[in-house]
Amino acid sequence: MTLVFGVFLLTLLVIVAVAIVRSTNLFAAVMLSGIFSLLMAVNFFLLDAADVALTEAAVGAGVATVLFLSALALTAEHEQVRPGGAALQWLPLVVAFATGGLLIYATFQNPVIGDPNAPVHQHVAPWYLENTPELIDIPNVVTAVLGSFRGFDTLGEVFVVFTAGIGVLSILGLRHTLVEMTSAEIDARQRSLRHHLIPRVVGRGMVPFILLFALYVQFHGEYSPGGGFQAGAIAAAAIILYSLLEGDDRGRALVPEWLLQIMVASGALLFGGVGVVCMLLGGSFLDYSVLAEVPSEGQHLGLLLIELGVGITVSGVLLTVFHAFARRASR
Amino acid sequence: MNLDAHLPILQIIVPLMTAPVVSLLRVPSLPWAAATVTSGLAFAVAVTLTGQVLAGGPMSYALGGWVPPYGIELYVDHFSALLLLIITGASTVALAFGKASLDQEVGHERAPMFYAAWLLVVAGLCGIVATGDAFNLFVFLEISSLATYVLIASAPDRRALMATFRYLILGTVGATFYLIGVGLIYMMTGTLNLADMTDRIAEVGELRPVLVAAGFITVGLALKAAMFPLHAWMPNAYTFAPHAATAFLAACSTKAAIYVLIRFDLTVFLPHLSDHAEQVSGFFIPLAVLAFLIGSAVAVFERNLKRMLGYSSVAQIGYILLGLALLSPLALTGAIVHLFNHALMKSALFMAVACLAFRAGSVQLPDLAGCGRAMPLTMGAFVLAGLSMIGVPLTAGFVSKWYLILACLEYGPLGYVLAGGILVSSLLAVAYVWKVVEAAYFQPRPEGARELREAPPAMLAVLWLVALGNVWFGIDTDLTLGLAEQAAATLLGDGS
Repeated sequence: MTLVFGVFLLTLLVIVAVAIVRSTNLFAAVMLSGIFSLLMAVNFFLLDAADVALTEAAVGAGVATVLFLSALALTAEHEQVRPGGAALQWLPLVVAFATGGLLIYATFQNPVIGDPNAPVHQHVAPWYLENTPELIDIPNVVTAVLGSFRGFDTLGEVFVVFTAGIGVLSILGLRHTLVEMTSAEIDARQRSLRHHLIPRVVGRGMVPFILLFALYVQFHGEYSPGGGFQAGAIAAAAIILYSLLEGDDRGRALVPEWLLQIMVASGALLFGGVGVVCMLLGGSFLDYSVLAEVPSEGQHLGLLLIELGVGITVSGVLLTVFHAFARRASR
Repeated sequence: MNLDAHLPILQIIVPLMTAPVVSLLRVPSLPWAAATVTSGLAFAVAVTLTGQVLAGGPMSYALGGWVPPYGIELYVDHFSALLLLIITGASTVALAFGKASLDQEVGHERAPMFYAAWLLVVAGLCGIVATGDAFNLFVFLEISSLATYVLIASAPDRRALMATFRYLILGTVGATFYLIGVGLIYMMTGTLNLADMTDRIAEVGELRPVLVAAGFITVGLALKAAMFPLHAWMPNAYTFAPHAATAFLAACSTKAAIYVLIRFDLTVFLPHLSDHAEQVSGFFIPLAVLAFLIGSAVAVFERNLKRMLGYSSVAQIGYILLGLALLSPLALTGAIVHLFNHALMKSALFMAVACLAFRAGSVQLPDLAGCGRAMPLTMGAFVLAGLSMIGVPLTAGFVSKWYLILACLEYGPLGYVLAGGILVSSLLAVAYVWKVVEAAYFQPRPEGARELREAPPAMLAVLWLVALGNVWFGIDTDLTLGLAEQAAATLLGDGS
């Protein structure tokens, strides 16, 4: 059954990908890429990677689509067709096909999906499965691997997100230079849904529930799929929804910019700070076991704090990026 | 655990953790000061770490207290120690040098983000060379790349954005290729730890996914290293970046990619994949020769000083790759020493250019005509570093070229041709350095050009420090050659 679903989804993926490339309407391309991410999320779920699926759905299909749309508001809806560029377009096509061909060539000697004798199931992974209950004492092994065994990677990823945030701020500008405008003018420029009653009422009703769900995903990551990345993206999505419904100025009033900048920096610092505290208590960097009397309790505390750090930075950066684009559009 | 045992992780987290703090500083000049002090601290850590490695051999650090390969390991040996010195050293001198120049170009409003990104580049590059884990390496590659894009895009020239965009696309392709390769190897070996991977890849070395992985990793890293003909992003990225940032990036950003390329190809692939030695030589030797011939030739015809030096970097990377491709201890020593020496000469050259641009407001050769009389100290340092780049005896550049030529002559009949190629490329380097000297000293100032005076003393002091470093490391080669010889021996140890 998995195979049938897999083939079906992958076929759809190819169709959507071709449609994205072929489409000259950028709005359609953005929507299609949202669908692409959603299909990808289903694919991950099919492969039992629920954590990844959740992230892909929240970030790829949700937030990224909104960001693309805000960027589109700054440019045009239609792709410019450059005359005479056709000859040069063959080169990327050849490179893309060569890359794909090589990967297909490689798959002929792949281990089969789900083969228990595949190397990945023989070496490190079984050790994680065996030792997580004793060492970390949480049911979700994925969280144990990402948060503790390979926590340094996750710290690095948080700093990747942080870098992206300050990059956007640096390039699109820090201060908001909104000229003095009446609220009617702001309304007209922002094209918000403030005057559309039904979406506004329905949407506003959903915001608290989305935030609640974000908190659940944040703090339940040790037991079920989820954690800081997903929760941060979901929380940011709630605020972005609010900004879309009520206008960017009210969204910014809800979470002001100075707060966002502190969030962006403090989440990353919280994660790293936990690591430094571990060092001061005599362990090595990110060795949460030294945080409490019982090592596994120390691990719980460490995971809770670092996931919180991840959530804060991720939601802060996503909101910062969204505001940076929206601000440009409303100028 | 005492502090010494923590040095490998401190090397990464000192700049990494300061970056968010710097991004919040809103007082003018404070972000610069904080970044400079942090970078100096990172340099001090690198010096101490090098001392420890020289005294007690390679250091390993288990993150989270988990034994590798289950946890992530940091691994610092002679090769990584040399790279750490290059990265933190180049960053510190460029920051100490660049205050006035960066104030002029970046401005106070962007400064907190700019200096935070600078520290992230330092942390990312240090992470790349200090980690012993293939995926962790990718994470740091992402941090350093993203932060580098921010540095380049901070320049006032709008063309910097286009240069950044091009670099972003190509850099992402390179990093993705690396990741595909690592994914394929993980599929076949079940491990991400580099040392463990080296042990386990032997069994599956003949299988297609591993061969394809070797190809993807090599090409991806060659793209990041700006190896000819994958260098298209580099000259413009160097040209349009803020001048002081170019001095930093040109010294070390491609070096980290070359480091990974050497480490992966020589320790993971070479001993376990059949015919890998022939493939490395067959693939890299022609490209390296083309790189230094074409790179130098294009530089001769270039009128933009920064782009000229960018193409010269394409050529210098060619020398380094030739040293890798010959696969002998002598050649590899030359290549590794050249990583260090090239950083030294290029950061001095780009700093001199930054001084010129600071006063003249342009880096086009015609606009700089006659600047030798008004700015004798700046041009003096430029000439000194230029001599080092040509490879004149008693300069750092001579040491590495000497080793490379000796290694070529050892290689057999083809080696004589290669040595000839290096000589031709060096003559071309004489030509383009001369072009600058001729414009600066023998041409009059153009009519109506901006009045020039010598660069500020703070900039000159650092510039001359690095320029004299080119002489120092040309005479006293104990440290650089010592580290490089040991590194080459370790890298080729299990291979040949």
